[in-house]
Amino acid sequence: MNTQLLIQLLVNGLVVGTLYGVVAMSFVLIYKATQVVNFAQGELLLVGAWVCWALMVKYQVPFYAAMPITMVFMFVFGILIQMVFLRPMIGEPIISVIMVTIALSTVLQAAMKWIFGVNPQPFPPIFTSQSVSVFGLQIQTVYVMSLIVSLAMMAAMAWFFQASKHGLAMRATAFDQQVAQSLGISVKNVFAMSWAISATVSAVAGVVVAVVNGVSSGLSIYGIKVFPAVILGGLDSIAGAVLGGIIIGLLENFAQFIDGQYLHWGNLYEVAPFYVLIIILMIKPYGLFGTKDIERV
Amino acid sequence: MANSLIPAGDFRTSYAADTTIFPTVTSRNFAIAGVLLAACAPFMLNDYWMSLLIAIGIYGIAALGLNVLLGFTGQISIGHAAFFLFGAFTSAYLSTKMSVPTFFAIPLAGAVTAIVGLIFGLPAARLKGLYLAIATLAAQYILLDFFARAEWFSGGSVPATAEPFSIFGYNVTGDHQYFYVVLAYVVVSFLLVTNLMRSRDGRALIAVRDHYLSAEIMGINLTKYRTLSFGIAAFFAGIGGALYAHYQLVVSYEGFGIERSILFLAMVIIGGLGSIMGTLMGTAFVVLLPEAMEWISAALRGGLIDQTLGLKNNITFLREIAIGAIIIAFLVFEPDGLAHRWHQIKAYWKLYPFSH
Repeated sequence: MNTQLLIQLLVNGLVVGTLYGVVAMSFVLIYKATQVVNFAQGELLLVGAWVCWALMVKYQVPFYAAMPITMVFMFVFGILIQMVFLRPMIGEPIISVIMVTIALSTVLQAAMKWIFGVNPQPFPPIFTSQSVSVFGLQIQTVYVMSLIVSLAMMAAMAWFFQASKHGLAMRATAFDQQVAQSLGISVKNVFAMSWAISATVSAVAGVVVAVVNGVSSGLSIYGIKVFPAVILGGLDSIAGAVLGGIIIGLLENFAQFIDGQYLHWGNLYEVAPFYVLIIILMIKPYGLFGTKDIERV
Repeated sequence: MANSLIPAGDFRTSYAADTTIFPTVTSRNFAIAGVLLAACAPFMLNDYWMSLLIAIGIYGIAALGLNVLLGFTGQISIGHAAFFLFGAFTSAYLSTKMSVPTFFAIPLAGAVTAIVGLIFGLPAARLKGLYLAIATLAAQYILLDFFARAEWFSGGSVPATAEPFSIFGYNVTGDHQYFYVVLAYVVVSFLLVTNLMRSRDGRALIAVRDHYLSAEIMGINLTKYRTLSFGIAAFFAGIGGALYAHYQLVVSYEGFGIERSILFLAMVIIGGLGSIMGTLMGTAFVVLLPEAMEWISAALRGGLIDQTLGLKNNITFLREIAIGAIIIAFLVFEPDGLAHRWHQIKAYWKLYPFSH
């Protein structure tokens, strides 16, 4: 057994897993606040990464300026998507809303290919040193940055929901829209806000992935991998989403280790999360922390 | 004339009148004339148009299955392309490796696909539509990975071959002859589904869609009907896939990713959720749209629009954008699809000088 490789892969899993956690968190944010299952989450990562790339490469903006501009852009972009595409769908059956986000993902995916081409583009280097040594393990600097950024975003999100006025308004809306409205919360604004925050957070995750792997349409797979994570954690639990993301990330890399060392099937890395997804749906459909959906008539 | 017009008001007094397929004699005559006209098509059209008509027929059958699931039962599947492909590989496998005659291989492929569909559909059928969407998403990735891996079944990276269609020792060759095979399957499938919707089971499916709690209180077994509906959807996907296999004669898993599943959803939504004839309209729309964009871009070649958009190189992306935009537009502005529009046009002409 190759311990060195296993540890390396588990570290990878932790880093990728926290990123899944961040994306899953922004997915659950939209689901909780607006009851929309967003199939275009991965495309939000993609758009954010491309915008940041374009700012840095095409317009020569330094990273510390490009990042805030990207975040502001994505904030506005999120509000626009909600207003133009999702607002007319309020009150429509859930299937139609799902279909709109699926169509949205097709449009965004194709539009990005149209504007930026199909070839993957490397991100300009941000750190001068390639790797740092932690407890004797060589870890790439970008990985450390990715982990720190992810944890920071999770902490920020926790603060937002626990302490800030808007976060509390959002939680109230998620609990009961009518009650929230009668307390003077503008549900319309909360809906727009949840998309804006989700898009911004996703874009940061997108940029982090892009810094590690380069920008390509493959980024949108994060939007698909989110589903095993949120189903595992429970569809409406933010803590569950984070934990689910980390577990899926670790599991993927562990599957790759088993595959590479013993099974030699190839590609197990890609599909293992989906097998997990089916198994969870079979034995514990509401996930680890999800609320059980009990209906009283 | 007496039976050729629907009188104002609803005068159905018996169950037979309520469940009739064709409300008037004229509508029945039109349906028969439509099939006859389609049967004459090979004598009038060239290969290019025949291939388009065959594509409409094949995808139409698969989309019909999806419409039973999405339009009539209110469940969503994002893995329809994977089931379509599974039918194609199964039929190819049965006809070449097991030397089952193609005449039997096609319905058999449908049955096998239905069973595979049930394996994925069962865990989700206990839950709401949302969970089926996610389970079928997983099915899409798992099945495609299986096709890429299982060399005994799908040939892996080498495309699988399928036998040409033959009946009583007569080999069907060329688009013009194969069209009749597809036409027969289209007629049979559409009749089957129309009749299903007139039956007790069909009404149960609609009840599950409209209000599942009330349906359950009325004694409809939710799990059974959701599973049944998913099985039907997978069955027709398998039939469509098998017809595709014996038409193309080679089947490769490439090009059947999630984009293709979204195309199937587009067919159903554009045609009209819960409309049987609408499915065919929607399929025709989705099949002809890329062709129409091709013609337009050819007509614009060299012009100003061509230069600014770079049509020649970017036509694939523009096509995808158009498909997505059209789905959104239909969902926002015309949720009942082309079938609804068609009814409005008919109503307009029926009442022509006095539209109100």
